[in-house]
Amino acid sequence: MALALSSISALALITIFIIIQGAPIITEVGMFNFIFGMTWAPSQGEFGIFPMIVGSAAVTVGAVLVGVPIGICCAIFLSEFAPVSVRNFFRPAIQLLAGIPSVVYGFWGLLFIVPFIREHLGGPGLSILAASIILGIMILPTIISISEVSLLSLPRQYKEGALALGMTQWQAIRYVQLPAAKSGIVAAIVLGLGRAMGETMAVIMIVGNSVALPQSILDPVRTLTTNIGIEMGYAAGEHRQALFATGIVLFIVIMILNATAQYITRRK
Amino acid sequence: MDRNPKISIRDFNFFFDKKQVIFDLNLDISKNEIFAVFGPAGSGITTLLRALNRLVEMTSDAKAQGEILLDGKSIYSENMNVTDLRRKVGMVFDVPTPLPISIFENIVYGPRLSGIRNKSELNDIAEKALREAALWDDVKDRLNIAAMSLSGGQQQRLCIARVLALKPEVVLLDRPCSGLDPISTAKIEESLIQLKKQFTIIIAPHNIQQAARISDRAAFMLLGHLIEEGTNEDIFVKANKDSRTNDYITGRFG
Amino acid sequence: MNLTAQTREKIAKTFIWAAAVLVLAVLTAIIADILIKGLPVINFSFLTEIPRSMGRAGGVASPIVGTVLITLLAVTIAVPFGIGTALYLAEYTKDGIITRLIRFSAESLAGIPSIVYGLFGFIFFVIYLGLGWSILSGGLTLAFMILPTIIRTAEEAIRSVPLSFREASYSLGATKTQTIFKVVFPSAIRGITNGIILSVGRCIAETAAVMLTAGSALQLPSSILDPTRTMAVHFYILAVEGISAENAYGTAALLIILIFLINVVANMLVNRFVAKGR
Repeated sequence: MALALSSISALALITIFIIIQGAPIITEVGMFNFIFGMTWAPSQGEFGIFPMIVGSAAVTVGAVLVGVPIGICCAIFLSEFAPVSVRNFFRPAIQLLAGIPSVVYGFWGLLFIVPFIREHLGGPGLSILAASIILGIMILPTIISISEVSLLSLPRQYKEGALALGMTQWQAIRYVQLPAAKSGIVAAIVLGLGRAMGETMAVIMIVGNSVALPQSILDPVRTLTTNIGIEMGYAAGEHRQALFATGIVLFIVIMILNATAQYITRRK
Repeated sequence: MDRNPKISIRDFNFFFDKKQVIFDLNLDISKNEIFAVFGPAGSGITTLLRALNRLVEMTSDAKAQGEILLDGKSIYSENMNVTDLRRKVGMVFDVPTPLPISIFENIVYGPRLSGIRNKSELNDIAEKALREAALWDDVKDRLNIAAMSLSGGQQQRLCIARVLALKPEVVLLDRPCSGLDPISTAKIEESLIQLKKQFTIIIAPHNIQQAARISDRAAFMLLGHLIEEGTNEDIFVKANKDSRTNDYITGRFG
Repeated sequence: MNLTAQTREKIAKTFIWAAAVLVLAVLTAIIADILIKGLPVINFSFLTEIPRSMGRAGGVASPIVGTVLITLLAVTIAVPFGIGTALYLAEYTKDGIITRLIRFSAESLAGIPSIVYGLFGFIFFVIYLGLGWSILSGGLTLAFMILPTIIRTAEEAIRSVPLSFREASYSLGATKTQTIFKVVFPSAIRGITNGIILSVGRCIAETAAVMLTAGSALQLPSSILDPTRTMAVHFYILAVEGISAENAYGTAALLIILIFLINVVANMLVNRFVAKGR
């Protein structure tokens, strides 16, 4: 029983300590100024994180645009089309994809994606686009495995019924199976959003980290996570508190995403 | 009428949440008889059997009303130890349920729990139980293989042996032969007829023929109500008092 | 555009196959790049020497030690709590407010980004409890981080043990505790082990949370109160600060091999262990 309460206590401890550390600075500069402030200059006592909120939103949406279509196609491939031998090879491969450290993804992105963008599309290369591609790859395992499970858990009759009505295999997937598996797939997307938004190290390496509102997807940005990751090493005093406050914002957004995902999966 | 029934069920009602599944049941079961309780699906027979060793309590919202007496003692009373009860009233399920351990470990699972540690004593218990369940000759050379690797009929005899190893007083069998081939079924029925010398056997047969073949006495239940009980001859040979029993036995419904 | 069903079918299938090929191609590209450039770096001295001149020379002995210690610590702490919670959820309670709260907490914990765990570990273990940047702080932080993974996988494994096993055990006179330890656990061991392996993998791969709690010291630690750096952190520093691409590749290759080996070896062990009863 005491052991069982560990998860509740852990969540409570984390919430309390992050809030205690971060809340004072939010009250000091004001909630509005903190969230919508355009200037982040810790040495001058200016703490506005709006550019980072935009940055986080941009790379997260980008990641979903890259990862979701590919991920769902892969899930359909695995649950409907893949020969058994391919499937037996593919699943562990996806697990391996999930196991690769995020820093390795970042490094690879830095060596291949960033130069590619710089040479072929322009800009510094370190950009929203680069981060979106790498994050899109990183959320693939989440999207693929959850979507695949929800497709596989459909009763066989759905598919057989559709095929018996003369639908083609793709029509059965498009009009019967995907709609039926919708809640699982949506949950997968929401979890993918959370994962993309929460990733730090890979993003630090490829997103450029400049605090400014981006004009295009080829511009560098800084995200909420990278803000913490970069400056936590040397921050002290109010500056450190402001990083915890950044953490609070991140924490709240992620909790909302999680609760949404939980709500979607439970509703079934 | 038996003056000292082994099991005596008195005004017994049973509920799952608000749904009543057994109604005002009164039934006596004597020592050393094979008593068959039969009826169509949904008659409350499985629930009745599981109420006799209180396994039914694993289901949430299960509620019993009335009395079940084992040797005159209420099994639902406060001071009844449930694990002791379950050792006295052993159970065999409708599908073989070997535990995912070896044949030998399956048999000595119960005895070990009751504190027997001595290796040779456990060996003796295992051999005796396996002989009584007519499985010894099949498995005596491979007691350490996984129980799951036996055939369905062998697994079910293992489950019977496992119960016998507890030295129970009553053995409950819930459709023990429903998934088995005729040869395995015959073997099990043969051992049951041998075993009633030592135990009281209550069986929910998977069909009427089995009830007619092996029971000393039988009871017909329908939708949670006891319709008729009597000796094997009363129920299966003579014309029944209740037309519903007749209809069921002659296959008009069920 | 009005395409026939057959044409649509072809286009859809092409896309689906293309997506699958693309994913495998990317995976292969990443792993091939790391292994081709990293494997030649790995040799006996790389594995046994501690890094010299910030990692430009020498090996990765101390990051290996740091990784192993932090991971062991995290798993040792998280496993009893995680399995205890899973048991409670799966065996001991009907659905009620407490179970719902536990489940909500576990699922929320699972979604919290590692950088937030890092912030928490820093303020709670490093500063508040005064443990400093240390193996202990890092291990405790990661224990928090992997707790939800262990809970979820263990609960699933325990729930998937057939009811018939439990019924059989109860009907043979076993108590609840006896049934759990003799029947439920052994049957669920494969799933539980998988969860632990997954968690070990996450500990080894984690960077953000460890960097904020365990520091980045290069020396071999002499106690769990010493700071250390894990291989992932070492790799990050080498790569980002442009210290040594060569050694960065070597470390990355080692990380990937390690994660791969843990998966394979653990699967083999589990298969061997579990095969006995089946």
